Amino acid sequence: MPLPKLLRLLGGATVTAILGFILLPALVVTLAAFNSRAILSFPPESWSWRWFVKAIAYDDFQAGVRNGLIVTAWASSIALVVGAAFAFALDRYEFRLKRTLETILLSPLVVPHFTIGLGFLILAAQLGFARGYSVIVACHVVLVLPFVLRSVYISLRNLDPRLELAAASLGASPGRVLITVTLPLLLPGLVSGWLFAAILSFNEFTASLFVTVQRTQTLPVALYNYVREYADPSMAAISVMYIVATATVLTLANAFLGLAKVLNVEHAR
Amino acid sequence: MARASVRSGRAAVRPFLRLFVAPAVLCALGFAAALAAVMQYSLRAYVPGSLEAGGFTLANFAALIRPLYARVFLDTVWICFLTASFTLIVGYPLAYALVHARNVALKSAILVIAVTPLFLGEVVRTYSWIVVLGNNGFLNSMLLKLGLVDAPMQFMFTEFGVITALVHVTLPVMVIMLAAALSHIDRDYERAAASLGAGPIRVFLTVTLPLSTPGIIAGVTTAFAWTFSAFATPQLIGGGRVNMVANLVYQLGFASFNFPFAASLSVAGLILTFAVLALMRAAASPLERIRQH
Repeated sequence: MPLPKLLRLLGGATVTAILGFILLPALVVTLAAFNSRAILSFPPESWSWRWFVKAIAYDDFQAGVRNGLIVTAWASSIALVVGAAFAFALDRYEFRLKRTLETILLSPLVVPHFTIGLGFLILAAQLGFARGYSVIVACHVVLVLPFVLRSVYISLRNLDPRLELAAASLGASPGRVLITVTLPLLLPGLVSGWLFAAILSFNEFTASLFVTVQRTQTLPVALYNYVREYADPSMAAISVMYIVATATVLTLANAFLGLAKVLNVEHAR
Repeated sequence: MARASVRSGRAAVRPFLRLFVAPAVLCALGFAAALAAVMQYSLRAYVPGSLEAGGFTLANFAALIRPLYARVFLDTVWICFLTASFTLIVGYPLAYALVHARNVALKSAILVIAVTPLFLGEVVRTYSWIVVLGNNGFLNSMLLKLGLVDAPMQFMFTEFGVITALVHVTLPVMVIMLAAALSHIDRDYERAAASLGAGPIRVFLTVTLPLSTPGIIAGVTTAFAWTFSAFATPQLIGGGRVNMVANLVYQLGFASFNFPFAASLSVAGLILTFAVLALMRAAASPLERIRQH
Protein backbone atom coordinates (compact mmCIF):
# COMPACT_ATOMS: atom_id res chain seq x y z
CA MET A 1 0.00 0.00 0.00
CA PRO A 2 1.47 3.44 -0.87
CA LEU A 3 2.47 5.55 2.11
CA PRO A 4 0.10 8.53 1.62
CA LYS A 5 -2.92 6.22 1.47
CA LEU A 6 -1.81 4.33 4.57
CA LEU A 7 -1.27 7.61 6.39
CA ARG A 8 -4.72 8.84 5.42
CA LEU A 9 -6.28 5.61 6.71
CA LEU A 10 -4.35 5.83 9.98
CA GLY A 11 -5.23 9.50 10.31
CA GLY A 12 -8.90 8.77 9.67
CA ALA A 13 -8.90 6.05 12.33
CA THR A 14 -7.19 8.35 14.85
CA VAL A 15 -9.62 11.19 14.24
CA THR A 16 -12.60 8.83 14.48
CA ALA A 17 -11.29 7.51 17.80
CA ILE A 18 -10.85 11.05 19.17
CA LEU A 19 -14.33 12.09 18.05
CA GLY A 20 -15.57 8.94 19.79
CA PHE A 21 -13.81 9.98 22.99
CA ILE A 22 -15.51 13.40 22.82
CA LEU A 23 -18.95 11.94 22.12
CA LEU A 24 -18.74 8.99 24.55
CA PRO A 25 -19.96 10.75 27.73
CA ALA A 26 -22.84 12.39 25.86
CA LEU A 27 -23.98 9.08 24.38
CA VAL A 28 -23.63 7.20 27.65
CA VAL A 29 -25.50 9.85 29.63
CA THR A 30 -28.33 9.65 27.05
CA LEU A 31 -28.59 5.90 27.60
CA ALA A 32 -28.66 6.47 31.36
CA ALA A 33 -31.36 9.16 31.09
CA PHE A 34 -33.83 6.83 29.37
CA ASN A 35 -33.22 3.95 31.76
CA SER A 36 -36.42 3.41 33.72
CA ARG A 37 -34.59 2.09 36.80
CA ALA A 38 -32.94 4.39 39.32
CA ILE A 39 -29.74 2.36 39.33
CA LEU A 40 -27.33 2.51 36.41
CA SER A 41 -27.22 -0.51 34.13
CA PHE A 42 -25.85 -0.85 30.61
CA PRO A 43 -27.62 -1.45 28.39
CA PRO A 44 -30.84 -0.38 30.18
CA GLU A 45 -33.41 -3.16 30.64
CA SER A 46 -36.41 -0.91 30.07
CA TRP A 47 -36.89 2.61 28.79
CA SER A 48 -38.86 5.57 30.08
CA TRP A 49 -39.27 9.34 30.04
CA ARG A 50 -39.90 9.61 33.76
CA TRP A 51 -36.53 11.13 34.71
CA PHE A 52 -37.15 13.95 32.25
CA VAL A 53 -40.53 14.62 33.87
CA LYS A 54 -38.96 14.57 37.31
CA ALA A 55 -36.08 16.84 36.31
CA ILE A 56 -38.40 19.44 34.75
CA ALA A 57 -40.65 19.42 37.81
CA TYR A 58 -37.81 19.80 40.33
CA ASP A 59 -38.08 23.18 42.10
CA ASP A 60 -34.35 23.87 42.46
CA PHE A 61 -33.77 23.27 38.74
CA GLN A 62 -36.65 25.58 37.82
CA ALA A 63 -35.32 28.30 40.12
CA GLY A 64 -31.83 27.68 38.73
CA VAL A 65 -33.01 28.21 35.16
CA ARG A 66 -34.84 31.40 36.17
CA ASN A 67 -31.88 32.84 38.08
CA GLY A 68 -29.52 31.73 35.33
CA LEU A 69 -31.55 33.48 32.65
CA ILE A 70 -31.68 36.73 34.66
CA VAL A 71 -27.91 36.71 35.24
CA THR A 72 -27.11 35.61 31.68
CA ALA A 73 -29.34 38.24 30.04
CA TRP A 74 -27.69 41.05 32.00
CA ALA A 75 -24.12 39.76 31.92
CA SER A 76 -24.01 38.90 28.21
CA SER A 77 -25.66 42.16 27.14
CA ILE A 78 -23.38 44.31 29.29
CA ALA A 79 -20.34 42.34 28.12
CA LEU A 80 -21.46 42.79 24.50
CA VAL A 81 -21.69 46.59 24.76
CA VAL A 82 -18.48 46.97 26.76
CA GLY A 83 -16.56 44.42 24.68
CA ALA A 84 -17.70 45.65 21.26
CA ALA A 85 -16.89 49.29 22.09
CA PHE A 86 -13.48 48.35 23.45
CA ALA A 87 -12.68 46.05 20.51
CA PHE A 88 -13.47 48.97 18.18
CA ALA A 89 -11.10 51.24 20.11
CA LEU A 90 -8.43 48.51 20.15
CA ASP A 91 -8.66 48.01 16.41
CA ARG A 92 -8.72 51.67 15.39
CA TYR A 93 -6.87 53.78 17.90
CA GLU A 94 -3.67 54.13 19.83
CA PHE A 95 -4.13 55.42 23.36
CA ARG A 96 -2.38 55.40 26.68
CA LEU A 97 -2.36 52.12 28.64
CA LYS A 98 -3.96 50.34 25.66
CA ARG A 99 -1.92 47.14 26.09
CA THR A 100 -2.30 47.18 29.89
CA LEU A 101 -6.06 47.51 29.64
CA GLU A 102 -6.22 44.76 27.02
CA THR A 103 -4.08 42.44 29.18
CA ILE A 104 -6.23 43.02 32.27
CA LEU A 105 -9.48 42.38 30.41
CA LEU A 106 -8.17 39.22 28.69
CA SER A 107 -6.58 37.82 31.87
CA PRO A 108 -9.78 36.16 33.20
CA LEU A 109 -9.00 33.52 30.54
CA VAL A 110 -6.05 32.34 32.64
CA VAL A 111 -6.81 33.55 36.17
CA PRO A 112 -8.35 30.65 38.13
CA HIS A 113 -12.11 31.11 38.41
CA PHE A 114 -12.09 30.31 42.11
CA THR A 115 -9.80 33.32 42.64
CA ILE A 116 -12.18 35.57 40.69
CA GLY A 117 -15.22 34.20 42.54
CA LEU A 118 -13.55 34.59 45.92
CA GLY A 119 -12.48 38.13 45.00
CA PHE A 120 -15.98 39.25 44.09
CA LEU A 121 -17.36 37.56 47.20
CA ILE A 122 -14.94 39.41 49.50
CA LEU A 123 -15.42 42.67 47.60
CA ALA A 124 -19.21 42.45 47.87
CA ALA A 125 -18.95 41.68 51.58
CA GLN A 126 -16.62 44.63 52.16
CA LEU A 127 -18.76 47.04 50.19
CA GLY A 128 -21.62 45.86 52.34
CA PHE A 129 -24.20 45.00 49.73
CA ALA A 130 -26.14 41.80 50.13
CA ARG A 131 -25.24 38.95 47.86
CA GLY A 132 -27.83 39.66 45.21
CA TYR A 133 -27.78 39.41 41.44
CA SER A 134 -25.50 42.43 40.93
CA VAL A 135 -22.37 40.65 42.24
CA ILE A 136 -23.05 37.59 40.09
CA VAL A 137 -23.65 39.77 37.01
CA ALA A 138 -20.46 41.81 37.60
CA CYS A 139 -18.46 38.62 38.07
CA HIS A 140 -19.88 37.05 34.90
CA VAL A 141 -19.28 40.20 32.81
CA VAL A 142 -15.58 40.03 33.67
CA LEU A 143 -15.47 36.29 32.93
CA VAL A 144 -17.14 36.39 29.48
CA LEU A 145 -15.69 39.70 28.28
CA PRO A 146 -12.55 38.10 26.70
CA PHE A 147 -14.78 36.00 24.42
CA VAL A 148 -16.80 39.01 23.21
CA LEU A 149 -13.61 41.00 22.70
CA ARG A 150 -12.05 38.24 20.63
CA SER A 151 -15.13 37.63 18.53
CA VAL A 152 -15.79 41.31 17.70
CA TYR A 153 -12.09 42.05 17.18
CA ILE A 154 -11.79 39.27 14.60
CA SER A 155 -14.84 40.63 12.72
CA LEU A 156 -13.35 44.13 12.76
CA ARG A 157 -10.11 42.78 11.32
CA ASN A 158 -11.97 41.05 8.48
CA LEU A 159 -13.97 44.18 7.66
CA ASP A 160 -13.12 46.05 4.48
CA PRO A 161 -12.16 49.63 5.54
CA ARG A 162 -12.94 50.94 2.05
CA LEU A 163 -16.66 50.63 2.74
CA GLU A 164 -16.36 53.04 5.68
CA LEU A 165 -14.11 55.38 3.70
CA ALA A 166 -16.63 55.43 0.86
CA ALA A 167 -19.43 56.42 3.24
CA ALA A 168 -17.25 59.09 4.88
CA SER A 169 -16.15 60.53 1.54
CA LEU A 170 -19.79 60.85 0.53
CA GLY A 171 -20.24 63.12 3.54
CA ALA A 172 -21.47 60.81 6.31
CA SER A 173 -20.47 61.89 9.82
CA PRO A 174 -18.43 59.43 11.94
CA GLY A 175 -21.55 58.58 13.95
CA ARG A 176 -23.54 57.90 10.81
CA VAL A 177 -20.76 55.72 9.34
CA LEU A 178 -20.65 53.75 12.58
CA ILE A 179 -24.39 53.13 12.68
CA THR A 180 -25.17 52.63 9.00
CA VAL A 181 -21.98 50.92 7.78
CA THR A 182 -19.76 49.51 10.54
CA LEU A 183 -22.41 48.07 12.87
CA PRO A 184 -24.39 46.22 10.17
CA LEU A 185 -21.16 44.73 8.79
CA LEU A 186 -20.15 43.65 12.30
CA LEU A 187 -23.50 42.02 13.01
CA PRO A 188 -22.31 38.39 12.67
CA GLY A 189 -19.41 39.09 15.04
CA LEU A 190 -21.69 40.88 17.49
CA VAL A 191 -24.29 38.11 17.44
CA SER A 192 -21.71 35.37 17.90
CA GLY A 193 -19.92 37.32 20.62
CA TRP A 194 -23.18 37.78 22.48
CA LEU A 195 -24.08 34.11 21.93
CA PHE A 196 -20.74 32.88 23.31
CA ALA A 197 -21.04 35.22 26.27
CA ALA A 198 -24.59 34.05 26.98
CA ILE A 199 -23.78 30.33 26.75
CA LEU A 200 -20.66 30.67 28.88
CA SER A 201 -22.39 32.79 31.50
CA PHE A 202 -25.31 30.37 31.72
CA ASN A 203 -22.82 27.53 32.26
CA GLU A 204 -20.34 29.26 34.56
CA PHE A 205 -19.95 27.15 37.64
CA THR A 206 -16.86 27.63 39.81
CA ALA A 207 -17.07 31.41 40.18
CA SER A 208 -20.88 31.22 40.54
CA LEU A 209 -20.51 28.76 43.41
CA PHE A 210 -18.68 31.46 45.37
CA VAL A 211 -20.95 34.42 44.61
CA THR A 212 -24.42 32.82 44.69
CA VAL A 213 -26.52 32.03 47.73
CA GLN A 214 -29.38 29.53 48.02
CA ARG A 215 -31.88 32.14 46.77
CA THR A 216 -29.85 33.21 43.73
CA GLN A 217 -28.21 29.94 42.72
CA THR A 218 -27.89 29.43 38.99
CA LEU A 219 -28.53 26.13 37.21
CA PRO A 220 -24.96 24.74 37.29
CA VAL A 221 -24.82 25.35 41.04
CA ALA A 222 -28.20 23.67 41.52
CA LEU A 223 -27.00 20.73 39.42
CA TYR A 224 -23.82 20.44 41.47
CA ASN A 225 -25.77 20.38 44.73
CA TYR A 226 -28.08 17.74 43.26
CA VAL A 227 -25.23 15.47 42.13
CA ARG A 228 -23.69 15.63 45.58
CA GLU A 229 -26.90 14.54 47.28
CA TYR A 230 -28.76 12.26 44.89
CA ALA A 231 -27.74 9.59 42.43
CA ASP A 232 -30.91 9.12 40.38
CA PRO A 233 -30.92 9.65 36.59
CA SER A 234 -32.79 13.03 36.77
CA MET A 235 -29.36 14.55 36.43
CA ALA A 236 -28.76 12.44 33.32
CA ALA A 237 -32.07 13.67 31.90
CA ILE A 238 -31.22 17.31 32.45
CA SER A 239 -27.72 16.72 31.02
CA VAL A 240 -29.33 15.35 27.85
CA MET A 241 -31.54 18.43 27.55
CA TYR A 242 -28.46 20.60 28.02
CA ILE A 243 -26.45 18.73 25.40
CA VAL A 244 -29.28 18.78 22.85
CA ALA A 245 -29.96 22.50 23.38
CA THR A 246 -26.28 23.47 23.15
CA ALA A 247 -25.57 21.31 20.10
CA THR A 248 -28.67 22.76 18.37
CA VAL A 249 -27.61 26.35 19.07
CA LEU A 250 -24.08 25.67 17.85
CA THR A 251 -25.23 23.88 14.70
CA LEU A 252 -27.52 26.82 13.92
CA ALA A 253 -24.70 29.27 14.69
CA ASN A 254 -22.46 27.32 12.35
CA ALA A 255 -25.06 27.39 9.57
CA PHE A 256 -25.91 31.09 9.87
CA LEU A 257 -22.77 32.72 11.22
CA GLY A 258 -20.01 30.39 10.04
CA LEU A 259 -18.50 29.14 13.28
CA ALA A 260 -15.12 28.51 11.63
CA LYS A 261 -14.74 32.16 10.71
CA VAL A 262 -15.94 33.38 14.10
CA LEU A 263 -13.45 31.14 15.91
CA ASN A 264 -10.73 32.22 13.49
CA VAL A 265 -9.94 28.60 12.56
CA GLU A 266 -10.35 29.31 8.86
CA HIS A 267 -8.71 31.79 6.55
CA ALA A 268 -11.03 34.68 5.67
CA ARG A 269 -10.14 34.18 1.99
CA MET B 1 -13.01 79.75 13.85
CA ALA B 2 -9.60 78.34 13.11
CA ARG B 3 -9.29 77.04 16.65
CA ALA B 4 -12.71 75.38 16.47
CA SER B 5 -11.79 73.57 13.27
CA VAL B 6 -8.52 72.40 14.80
CA ARG B 7 -10.39 71.04 17.76
CA SER B 8 -13.02 69.29 15.67
CA GLY B 9 -10.26 68.01 13.37
CA ARG B 10 -8.53 66.46 16.35
CA ALA B 11 -11.77 64.90 17.55
CA ALA B 12 -12.47 63.50 14.09
CA VAL B 13 -9.23 61.50 14.15
CA ARG B 14 -10.42 59.43 17.08
CA PRO B 15 -14.19 59.77 17.35
CA PHE B 16 -15.89 58.05 20.31
CA LEU B 17 -12.53 57.12 21.90
CA ARG B 18 -13.46 58.11 25.44
CA LEU B 19 -17.01 56.88 25.18
CA PHE B 20 -15.82 53.47 23.94
CA VAL B 21 -12.95 52.96 26.35
CA ALA B 22 -14.63 54.21 29.55
CA PRO B 23 -16.86 51.12 30.15
CA ALA B 24 -13.86 48.84 29.61
CA VAL B 25 -11.86 50.85 32.14
CA LEU B 26 -14.72 50.44 34.61
CA CYS B 27 -14.73 46.65 34.14
CA ALA B 28 -10.96 46.48 34.48
CA LEU B 29 -11.15 48.47 37.71
CA GLY B 30 -13.85 46.18 39.10
CA PHE B 31 -11.80 43.11 38.28
CA ALA B 32 -8.65 44.67 39.73
CA ALA B 33 -10.57 45.58 42.89
CA ALA B 34 -11.73 41.95 43.27
CA LEU B 35 -8.17 40.66 42.91
CA ALA B 36 -6.94 43.34 45.32
CA ALA B 37 -9.57 42.18 47.83
CA VAL B 38 -8.19 38.63 47.64
CA MET B 39 -4.64 39.89 48.12
CA GLN B 40 -5.63 42.09 51.01
CA TYR B 41 -7.46 39.20 52.72
CA SER B 42 -4.50 36.89 52.20
CA LEU B 43 -2.53 39.09 54.58
CA ARG B 44 -5.18 39.18 57.32
CA ALA B 45 -5.44 37.01 60.41
CA TYR B 46 -8.15 34.36 60.71
CA VAL B 47 -10.59 34.90 63.59
CA PRO B 48 -12.19 31.50 64.29
CA GLY B 49 -15.95 31.59 64.41
CA SER B 50 -16.16 34.96 62.71
CA LEU B 51 -16.49 36.07 59.10
CA GLU B 52 -14.50 39.20 59.88
CA ALA B 53 -10.76 39.06 59.28
CA GLY B 54 -8.30 40.25 61.89
CA GLY B 55 -5.11 42.34 61.66
CA PHE B 56 -2.30 42.04 59.14
CA THR B 57 -0.08 38.98 59.29
CA LEU B 58 2.15 36.78 57.14
CA ALA B 59 1.06 33.63 58.98
CA ASN B 60 -1.15 32.45 56.10
CA PHE B 61 1.74 32.34 53.67
CA ALA B 62 3.99 30.71 56.26
CA ALA B 63 1.38 27.94 56.64
CA LEU B 64 1.47 27.26 52.90
CA ILE B 65 4.83 25.47 53.13
CA ARG B 66 3.41 22.89 55.53
CA PRO B 67 3.69 19.48 53.81
CA LEU B 68 -0.11 19.06 53.69
CA TYR B 69 -0.59 22.17 51.53
CA ALA B 70 2.68 21.99 49.61
CA ARG B 71 1.63 18.48 48.59
CA VAL B 72 -1.67 19.72 47.13
CA PHE B 73 0.20 22.37 45.15
CA LEU B 74 2.64 19.82 43.73
CA ASP B 75 -0.19 17.40 42.89
CA THR B 76 -2.12 20.20 41.18
CA VAL B 77 0.82 21.26 39.03
CA TRP B 78 1.50 17.62 38.11
CA ILE B 79 -2.14 17.01 37.15
CA CYS B 80 -2.18 20.26 35.11
CA PHE B 81 1.02 19.24 33.34
CA LEU B 82 -0.28 15.77 32.46
CA THR B 83 -3.66 17.12 31.37
CA ALA B 84 -2.11 19.80 29.13
CA SER B 85 0.25 17.25 27.55
CA PHE B 86 -2.45 14.66 26.87
CA THR B 87 -4.79 17.35 25.55
CA LEU B 88 -2.12 18.44 23.08
CA ILE B 89 -1.55 14.86 21.90
CA VAL B 90 -5.28 14.24 21.45
CA GLY B 91 -6.07 17.71 20.12
CA TYR B 92 -3.43 18.00 17.42
CA PRO B 93 -4.74 15.31 15.03
CA LEU B 94 -8.25 16.70 15.42
CA ALA B 95 -7.18 20.29 14.68
CA TYR B 96 -5.17 19.05 11.70
CA ALA B 97 -8.15 17.12 10.35
CA LEU B 98 -10.42 20.14 10.92
CA VAL B 99 -8.17 22.44 8.91
CA HIS B 100 -7.28 19.96 6.16
CA ALA B 101 -10.67 18.29 5.62
CA ARG B 102 -11.88 18.99 2.08
CA ASN B 103 -15.45 17.82 2.59
CA VAL B 104 -17.52 20.73 3.95
CA ALA B 105 -20.00 18.53 5.85
CA LEU B 106 -17.16 16.59 7.49
CA LYS B 107 -15.47 19.86 8.44
CA SER B 108 -18.65 21.23 10.03
CA ALA B 109 -19.24 17.95 11.88
CA ILE B 110 -15.71 17.91 13.31
CA LEU B 111 -16.02 21.56 14.31
CA VAL B 112 -19.39 21.22 16.06
CA ILE B 113 -18.41 17.98 17.84
CA ALA B 114 -15.06 19.42 18.93
CA VAL B 115 -16.49 22.71 20.16
CA THR B 116 -19.78 21.67 21.79
CA PRO B 117 -18.20 20.36 25.04
CA LEU B 118 -16.74 23.84 25.64
CA PHE B 119 -20.26 25.16 26.11
CA LEU B 120 -21.64 22.36 28.27
CA GLY B 121 -20.29 23.51 31.58
CA GLU B 122 -18.11 21.63 34.02
CA VAL B 123 -20.89 20.04 36.07
CA VAL B 124 -22.74 18.36 33.20
CA ARG B 125 -19.52 17.07 31.69
CA THR B 126 -18.20 15.81 35.01
CA TYR B 127 -21.48 14.04 35.77
CA SER B 128 -21.38 12.41 32.33
CA TRP B 129 -17.92 11.08 33.09
CA ILE B 130 -19.12 9.70 36.42
CA VAL B 131 -21.73 7.71 34.48
CA VAL B 132 -18.96 6.43 32.19
CA LEU B 133 -16.32 5.70 34.85
CA GLY B 134 -18.38 4.63 37.90
CA ASN B 135 -18.19 1.15 39.39
CA ASN B 136 -21.45 0.16 37.71
CA GLY B 137 -20.91 2.71 34.95
CA PHE B 138 -20.65 2.18 31.23
CA LEU B 139 -16.97 1.28 30.98
CA ASN B 140 -17.08 -1.31 33.75
CA SER B 141 -20.32 -2.83 32.41
CA MET B 142 -18.68 -3.26 29.02
CA LEU B 143 -15.46 -4.68 30.46
CA LEU B 144 -17.43 -7.15 32.61
CA LYS B 145 -19.69 -8.18 29.70
CA LEU B 146 -16.74 -8.76 27.41
CA GLY B 147 -15.13 -10.83 30.17
CA LEU B 148 -12.01 -8.67 30.22
CA VAL B 149 -12.22 -8.20 33.98
CA ASP B 150 -13.83 -10.20 36.80
CA ALA B 151 -14.59 -7.31 39.12
CA PRO B 152 -15.25 -3.61 38.36
CA MET B 153 -12.08 -1.59 37.92
CA GLN B 154 -11.61 1.45 40.09
CA PHE B 155 -11.69 4.55 37.83
CA MET B 156 -13.51 6.89 40.20
CA PHE B 157 -11.49 8.64 42.90
CA THR B 158 -8.29 8.08 40.92
CA GLU B 159 -5.92 10.46 39.16
CA PHE B 160 -6.61 8.55 35.95
CA GLY B 161 -10.33 9.32 36.16
CA VAL B 162 -9.78 12.98 37.01
CA ILE B 163 -7.25 13.49 34.19
CA THR B 164 -9.47 11.71 31.62
CA ALA B 165 -12.34 14.08 32.40
CA LEU B 166 -10.04 17.11 32.50
CA VAL B 167 -8.59 16.30 29.07
CA HIS B 168 -12.17 16.21 27.78
CA VAL B 169 -12.79 19.62 29.38
CA THR B 170 -9.73 21.34 27.88
CA LEU B 171 -9.83 19.66 24.46
CA PRO B 172 -12.15 22.18 22.69
CA VAL B 173 -10.05 25.22 23.53
CA MET B 174 -6.87 23.35 22.52
CA VAL B 175 -8.43 22.39 19.17
CA ILE B 176 -9.59 25.98 18.54
CA MET B 177 -6.14 27.40 19.24
CA LEU B 178 -4.26 24.75 17.24
CA ALA B 179 -6.67 25.04 14.31
CA ALA B 180 -6.33 28.84 14.33
CA ALA B 181 -2.54 28.47 14.02
CA LEU B 182 -2.71 25.65 11.45
CA SER B 183 -5.19 27.48 9.24
CA HIS B 184 -2.95 30.52 9.03
CA ILE B 185 0.03 28.54 7.71
CA ASP B 186 0.54 29.28 4.04
CA ARG B 187 -0.06 25.99 2.20
CA ASP B 188 2.59 26.99 -0.35
CA TYR B 189 5.32 26.16 2.18
CA GLU B 190 4.03 22.61 2.48
CA ARG B 191 3.63 22.32 -1.29
CA ALA B 192 7.15 23.66 -1.85
CA ALA B 193 8.61 21.09 0.54
CA ALA B 194 6.64 18.31 -1.13
CA SER B 195 7.69 19.39 -4.62
CA LEU B 196 11.32 19.28 -3.50
CA GLY B 197 10.82 15.62 -2.71
CA ALA B 198 9.93 15.57 1.01
CA GLY B 199 7.50 12.81 1.96
CA PRO B 200 4.29 13.62 3.86
CA ILE B 201 5.81 12.74 7.25
CA ARG B 202 8.86 14.88 6.58
CA VAL B 203 6.71 17.80 5.37
CA PHE B 204 4.72 17.59 8.59
CA LEU B 205 7.73 17.33 10.90
CA THR B 206 9.89 19.99 9.24
CA VAL B 207 7.30 22.47 7.98
CA THR B 208 3.80 22.16 9.48
CA LEU B 209 4.73 21.28 13.06
CA PRO B 210 7.33 24.05 13.56
CA LEU B 211 5.05 26.64 11.95
CA SER B 212 2.22 25.71 14.33
CA THR B 213 4.26 26.39 17.50
CA PRO B 214 2.35 29.59 18.38
CA GLY B 215 -0.85 27.53 18.49
CA ILE B 216 0.82 24.82 20.56
CA ILE B 217 2.07 27.37 23.09
CA ALA B 218 -1.27 29.15 23.29
CA GLY B 219 -3.13 25.83 23.61
CA VAL B 220 -0.86 24.29 26.24
CA THR B 221 -0.75 27.42 28.41
CA THR B 222 -4.52 27.82 28.27
CA ALA B 223 -5.09 24.12 29.00
CA PHE B 224 -2.73 24.40 31.97
CA ALA B 225 -4.51 27.47 33.35
CA TRP B 226 -7.98 25.97 32.83
CA THR B 227 -7.02 22.75 34.55
CA PHE B 228 -5.64 24.74 37.46
CA SER B 229 -9.01 26.46 37.67
CA ALA B 230 -11.06 23.23 37.53
CA PHE B 231 -13.16 22.58 40.59
CA ALA B 232 -16.15 20.31 39.91
CA THR B 233 -14.10 17.62 38.16
CA PRO B 234 -11.53 16.96 40.90
CA GLN B 235 -14.25 17.45 43.53
CA LEU B 236 -16.76 14.95 42.13
CA ILE B 237 -14.52 12.45 40.34
CA GLY B 238 -11.61 12.81 42.78
CA GLY B 239 -14.07 12.52 45.67
CA GLY B 240 -11.63 13.94 48.23
CA ARG B 241 -8.89 11.51 47.25
CA VAL B 242 -7.53 13.67 44.43
CA ASN B 243 -7.22 17.18 45.86
CA MET B 244 -6.45 20.25 43.83
CA VAL B 245 -5.93 23.85 44.95
CA ALA B 246 -9.46 24.84 43.89
CA ASN B 247 -10.96 22.23 46.22
CA LEU B 248 -8.82 23.33 49.13
CA VAL B 249 -9.82 26.98 48.60
CA TYR B 250 -13.51 26.11 48.56
CA GLN B 251 -13.23 23.83 51.58
CA LEU B 252 -11.39 26.46 53.61
CA GLY B 253 -13.83 29.16 52.60
CA PHE B 254 -17.13 27.38 52.97
CA ALA B 255 -16.45 24.56 55.45
CA SER B 256 -14.13 26.33 57.90
CA PHE B 257 -14.94 29.95 56.92
CA ASN B 258 -11.20 30.61 56.96
CA PHE B 259 -11.38 33.15 54.17
CA PRO B 260 -7.95 34.70 54.85
CA PHE B 261 -6.22 31.36 54.35
CA ALA B 262 -8.40 30.57 51.31
CA ALA B 263 -7.32 33.96 49.92
CA SER B 264 -3.64 33.29 50.49
CA LEU B 265 -3.99 29.92 48.72
CA SER B 266 -5.63 31.76 45.82
CA VAL B 267 -2.84 34.31 45.67
CA ALA B 268 -0.22 31.55 45.73
CA GLY B 269 -2.16 29.78 42.97
CA LEU B 270 -2.30 32.96 40.93
CA ILE B 271 1.46 33.53 41.29
CA LEU B 272 2.13 29.91 40.39
CA THR B 273 -0.13 30.09 37.30
CA PHE B 274 1.60 33.20 36.02
CA ALA B 275 5.05 31.80 36.79
CA VAL B 276 4.29 28.63 34.81
CA LEU B 277 2.81 30.63 31.93
CA ALA B 278 5.85 32.93 31.84
CA LEU B 279 8.17 29.91 31.95
CA MET B 280 6.37 28.23 29.05
CA ARG B 281 6.46 31.40 26.97
CA ALA B 282 10.15 31.91 27.74
CA ALA B 283 10.95 28.31 26.84
CA ALA B 284 9.10 28.74 23.58
CA SER B 285 10.43 32.11 22.48
CA PRO B 286 13.49 30.72 20.63
CA LEU B 287 11.01 28.66 18.59
CA GLU B 288 8.97 31.79 17.96
CA ARG B 289 12.06 33.52 16.65
CA ILE B 290 12.68 30.71 14.18
CA ARG B 291 9.19 31.24 12.88
CA GLN B 292 9.86 34.88 12.15
CA HIS B 293 12.46 33.96 9.49
